[in-house]
Amino acid sequence: MDAHVAQLQMQYRNYILSLYQQGFLDDQFTELKSLQDDGSPDFVAEVLSLFFDDCVKLVGNMARALDQIGTVDFCQVGANVHQLKGSSSSVGAKRVKGLCINFKELCEAKNYEGCVRCLQQVDIEYKTLKAKLQDMFNLEKQIVQAGGIVPQVDIN
Amino acid sequence: RGRANENICELSLVLNFNILSSQLLLLLSAMASDGGVSCLRRSEMMSVGIGGMDSPPLDVDEVHVLAVDDSLVDRIVIERLLRITSCKVTAVDSGWRALEFLGIDNENASAELDESSSFRQVPVVIMSSENVITRIDRCLEEGAEDFLLKPVKLADVKRLRNYLTRDVKLSNGNKRKLPEDSPPLTLSPDSPDSSPPPSTLSPDSSDSSSPPLSPVEIISSQLSSPIDDEDDDVLTSSPESSPSPVRRQKMRSPGLD
Repeated sequence: MDAHVAQLQMQYRNYILSLYQQGFLDDQFTELKSLQDDGSPDFVAEVLSLFFDDCVKLVGNMARALDQIGTVDFCQVGANVHQLKGSSSSVGAKRVKGLCINFKELCEAKNYEGCVRCLQQVDIEYKTLKAKLQDMFNLEKQIVQAGGIVPQVDIN
Repeated sequence: RGRANENICELSLVLNFNILSSQLLLLLSAMASDGGVSCLRRSEMMSVGIGGMDSPPLDVDEVHVLAVDDSLVDRIVIERLLRITSCKVTAVDSGWRALEFLGIDNENASAELDESSSFRQVPVVIMSSENVITRIDRCLEEGAEDFLLKPVKLADVKRLRNYLTRDVKLSNGNKRKLPEDSPPLTLSPDSPDSSPPPSTLSPDSSDSSSPPLSPVEIISSQLSSPIDDEDDDVLTSSPESSPSPVRRQKMRSPGLD
């Protein structure tokens, strides 16, 4: 087998494992991957794309809500957090989801400073994840272009 | 309590569609908007009139799931999960679209159903990201067949098919054959419900000669007040959803005014 392909595949495997180990992804991501097949080869990419669109929208909403200094509607912020928590949970975006859990509590406590800080973290986190997954998809593409197949990575 | 995020879309339906070629299951997500009380109050409210007693037997294998979820990401995922399990799927983003899909016309909600119609209940399964036992219990008590905790997995979805192979057909219009494994009606300790337990279609209805229909109001409400989980009476219809009251058959539903 082509050494180049083998090397790419190993790189890919290690990369995926590191994403799980570092807590970026959880078993729901594994579940999504398992739903992908030759008939729906881009399923994961499509779902993630929608997720990141959601992130942009929801973070925007939250930022606007938190901008209303003195009259911040924490329920509104909380509602957006809830949605983000939901979608991050559905795609396996573990860190984002974890932040949302904290964020929710901060909203309930109407902790303005806390919310602002948490929102910044959420912003960084989803963008980081997006970049990581982009790297992952790029590796997949490279493997395919080099004539190989993308390996199934066993997380356990 | 101030937990603004526990929300479940209230959806009670009057369905009057003729001849389903497939069995329908309603998969209903707890919507992420403010307010919310209990989940689908009574699944016996969802009855489907099938024209004529001699309707062809439903194709048990063909399952049609109407999934209602306001999250696009979740809709895409659930659609994929359902397609993999060979279900036909329609995914909509709101209770209203669900009603549109079902062809419910509020004006005709009080239309008479053929007396010889047999009724079939539409099983309802609730999905939510909130793992709160009291609310799960409440959903089940109120007639939901099952409760799926999000994120939903393939194994969860495979379970759904079971709810359509059981015969929950109503004969004589009124009697509801309870699923074998329906949980006993108990109020969980931390829901100080002052209202009586949900009245199922009264099994002691003596009008067996004329099967009365059990249409009920269409209520799809996403309440804007903060949650009060325990307050049954907070259920109010959203402005667009006040159809003229339809005939209710032995339905004493607290809060449904």
